[in-house]
Amino acid sequence: MARIDLDLAHAYRPNPRRDDDYALLPLKMHFDDGGAYALLGPSGCGKTTMLNLISGLLTPSQGHVKFDGRDVTGSTPQQRNIAQVFQFPVIYDTMTVAQNLAFPLRNRRVADERIRQRVGRIAEMLELSAQLDQRAAGLAADAKQKISLGRGLVREDVSAVLFDEPLTVIDPHLKWQLRRKLKQIHQELKLTLVYVTHDQVEALTFADQVVVMTRGRTVQIGSAEELFERPSHTFVGHFIGSPGMNFLAARWDGQAVEVAGHRLRIATDAAPLAAAGEFTLGVRPEYVSLTEAGDPTALPAQVVQLQDVGTYRLLTARVGEQMLRARLDPELPASGRGDRVWLKVTGAHTCYYGRDDRLLASADQPAVEQAR
Amino acid sequence: MKTVNQKAWWLVLPVVICVAFSAVLPLMTVVNYSVQDIISPTRHVFVGTEWFAAVLRDEELHGALWRQLGFSFAVLAVEIPLGIALALAMPASGWKASAVLVVVALSLLIPWNVVGTIWQIYGRADIGLLGYALTQLGFNYNYTGKPLDAWLTVLVMDVWHWTPLVALLAYAGLRSIPDAYYQAARIDGASKLAVFRYIQLPKMRGVLMIAVLLRFMDSFMIYTEPFVLTGGGPGNSTTFLSQYLTQKAVGQFDVGPAAAFSLIYFLIILLLCFVLYNWMLRVGSGETEAPHA
Amino acid sequence: MPKPRFRARSLFLIAYLVFAMLPIYWMTMMSFKTNEDILSSFSLWPQHFTWANYHTILTDPSWYSGYINSMIYVAINMAISIVVALPAAYAFSRYSFLGDKHLFFWLLTNRMTPVAVFLLPFFQLYTTLGLMDTHIAVALAHLVFNVPLAVWILEGFMSGVPREIDETAYIDGYSFPHFFVRIFLPLIKAGVGVAAFFCFMFSWVELLLARTLTSVNAKPIAAVMTRTVSASGMDWAVLAAAGVLTIVPGAIVIWFVRHYIAKGFAMGRV
Repeated sequence: MARIDLDLAHAYRPNPRRDDDYALLPLKMHFDDGGAYALLGPSGCGKTTMLNLISGLLTPSQGHVKFDGRDVTGSTPQQRNIAQVFQFPVIYDTMTVAQNLAFPLRNRRVADERIRQRVGRIAEMLELSAQLDQRAAGLAADAKQKISLGRGLVREDVSAVLFDEPLTVIDPHLKWQLRRKLKQIHQELKLTLVYVTHDQVEALTFADQVVVMTRGRTVQIGSAEELFERPSHTFVGHFIGSPGMNFLAARWDGQAVEVAGHRLRIATDAAPLAAAGEFTLGVRPEYVSLTEAGDPTALPAQVVQLQDVGTYRLLTARVGEQMLRARLDPELPASGRGDRVWLKVTGAHTCYYGRDDRLLASADQPAVEQAR
Repeated sequence: MKTVNQKAWWLVLPVVICVAFSAVLPLMTVVNYSVQDIISPTRHVFVGTEWFAAVLRDEELHGALWRQLGFSFAVLAVEIPLGIALALAMPASGWKASAVLVVVALSLLIPWNVVGTIWQIYGRADIGLLGYALTQLGFNYNYTGKPLDAWLTVLVMDVWHWTPLVALLAYAGLRSIPDAYYQAARIDGASKLAVFRYIQLPKMRGVLMIAVLLRFMDSFMIYTEPFVLTGGGPGNSTTFLSQYLTQKAVGQFDVGPAAAFSLIYFLIILLLCFVLYNWMLRVGSGETEAPHA
Repeated sequence: MPKPRFRARSLFLIAYLVFAMLPIYWMTMMSFKTNEDILSSFSLWPQHFTWANYHTILTDPSWYSGYINSMIYVAINMAISIVVALPAAYAFSRYSFLGDKHLFFWLLTNRMTPVAVFLLPFFQLYTTLGLMDTHIAVALAHLVFNVPLAVWILEGFMSGVPREIDETAYIDGYSFPHFFVRIFLPLIKAGVGVAAFFCFMFSWVELLLARTLTSVNAKPIAAVMTRTVSASGMDWAVLAAAGVLTIVPGAIVIWFVRHYIAKGFAMGRV
């Protein structure tokens, strides 16, 4: 269990000049001892790089990594005492489950009795006790991943457990079982866990804090709720949520916010918006609703499509040249293609983004700071 | 899953015709000869299993067989460990990997008679580097005159010629191991020996078995290289099975016994083949893990 | 991350590479000497560097025809092997049919049969057919081991292509030949390359059949080389030069398929 501090950057080449030269742009962040974190982002965003920098499989081209205040930048993964679970199960084919779990302890010359105890405890926690004497090679993928995980947990002084998209090869109906098991382990052992994924559902259900990344940059760190309610970057608004946030081009016409020729009444402080002149209005489909004509917080739109998704209806409509989506209650009367409707867009949950895609203002607070 | 479709036989027909033409017809001829005594082109006498019995009693044949077995086992004992060691030493990527690959694979593409010629020259004390060096160092090295020297030279020549096959098979097996295994081993604190024993060797098991079977069978059939190098001599100390058979068939025109022996030879190989085939099916069907590319 | 421990491996690798190259170097070096040079004094490099041996080979028809003959029958064999093997490999890969496993096994046995077993029957067969001493005879004879090999390798690569691609093509209305040539073949390019490489390799190096079935017109270079004895003794220099020239096509071929070789070996179907 350790607190991890990162103050580094990682570049592909010795003398990086442009942003493209970096796998990870300079950042400074920490992972609390015992916290569960997710690194979320699309392929190539640098999340696996960050994981490998934490584990020690990779050394940062500049900066340092600290565990509990100790500089471990030059230390090997073994010296840092971390455990890592990979995308596909990594087990020793020729050994039994018990031998697999015991392997890290044997390499450290731990006493046999201690090994037996430890292996027994971890196997029980992972529900592998019944299979301890079976050959690891013959088991199913999810059991093998549990063994991979178990090898990491079996060492008592493990500082952090790192996961690199560990559920990739697991059958969908077993994924949630494993996720639940991971949460249980987290609660019981109180380890620092860092979980890399591109699946927002996995990230949001697993972690206390999610780190959203794109193109080598950490964009926002926060709880699931914070990321949902107040994305500090349009990327976060777009990436989180299904479907993602709506973005409408807007401007300050001298007195009010104007979108596609219509004035809107807003719920936030207008000063930053007036200063920006041109900006983007962001509102999640969950918070777009049908309303009466003439509502000062709504825009007139023409329905393009209405899909019945089961638990809700997804309305796609056109406002001028832009598209807008809304999640509607299935109980309400359906609108047809071509119908003219009024959609409420501004309110307590609407956010505004400047030309750099960063948050300018939102209802509860004025401009929020970007990633710590 | 494969669909059942008997019309697939049409697709396979050209192959069957080619191979049957090249294999079945000749084989039937061999069977024919093995049970007949051809006294003259027009007089054939059916003799049943007489040739087979004669062949199995043939002392010279026994000699050739023992020499062959000794040779094949020696070959395996050297080439397999050496090939593995070479595969472990070869770089995994980059321009060096390509360069090393070409140099290593080169000996496989040399016509077998040229291999014999190269070593024929190389081993001579007057014009060959090896022969000259050994003589200078005080060894009385003579591969045409002394049976032991001839044996060793043929062995080293085969090692030089065919170890790359083992190495390339092992190398391919090694390259298919994903990095994550090595990373996990580092994290688990495994020593280099443990990595070899628990990760590399098991993963190479499939291709290694194929290497063992292939090398055994190919060495069991070896003809050209020793023929060019020593001609089977001195005496018959390096006359292995294929050469013995060829001598009988083409040299002495003892067709009947030659044909009988051909069949026995063939059956031995067939047996080994069967083992190889089953093993290959196991490797192919992914009895070993199938990681992501 | 290079560590001191790795030096042992590098040393071993270098030692092996030297072991591998030395005999070839020796022969190459000899090819640049004259016979007198070779027989008179022992030296590690040519005293009087000469191209004469290569000149001899490239201008003497009895020599260079050997190379041309070899190339001809190897090329014919490669072409037939691949063309015949492609549909068969496809059948093995996509369909199961009566006797498919036995057929596959029978093909394998042909790859493995000692060539010496076929010597006499081939001799008689081709004499009867009047095909003795022709390129086609050797090309056909080599089909025995090359066709099974080609089928094998191609089947392995084809199995790596998802069946959905075939199905989509049919739904889209492609006829089988059209689909095979336009869509399927490009996907297994590497497989065709590997199969062609191994067919080349085994046909190019084979001596016994090639020598038995030819005498004058189609005599391969291997046979030419085994008869280089003149009145003044072995013509070592020219022999060495001839040897070097037989290695060149092989080296070129390896270079072109070097990226695919590993994949071909990985399937263990050599």
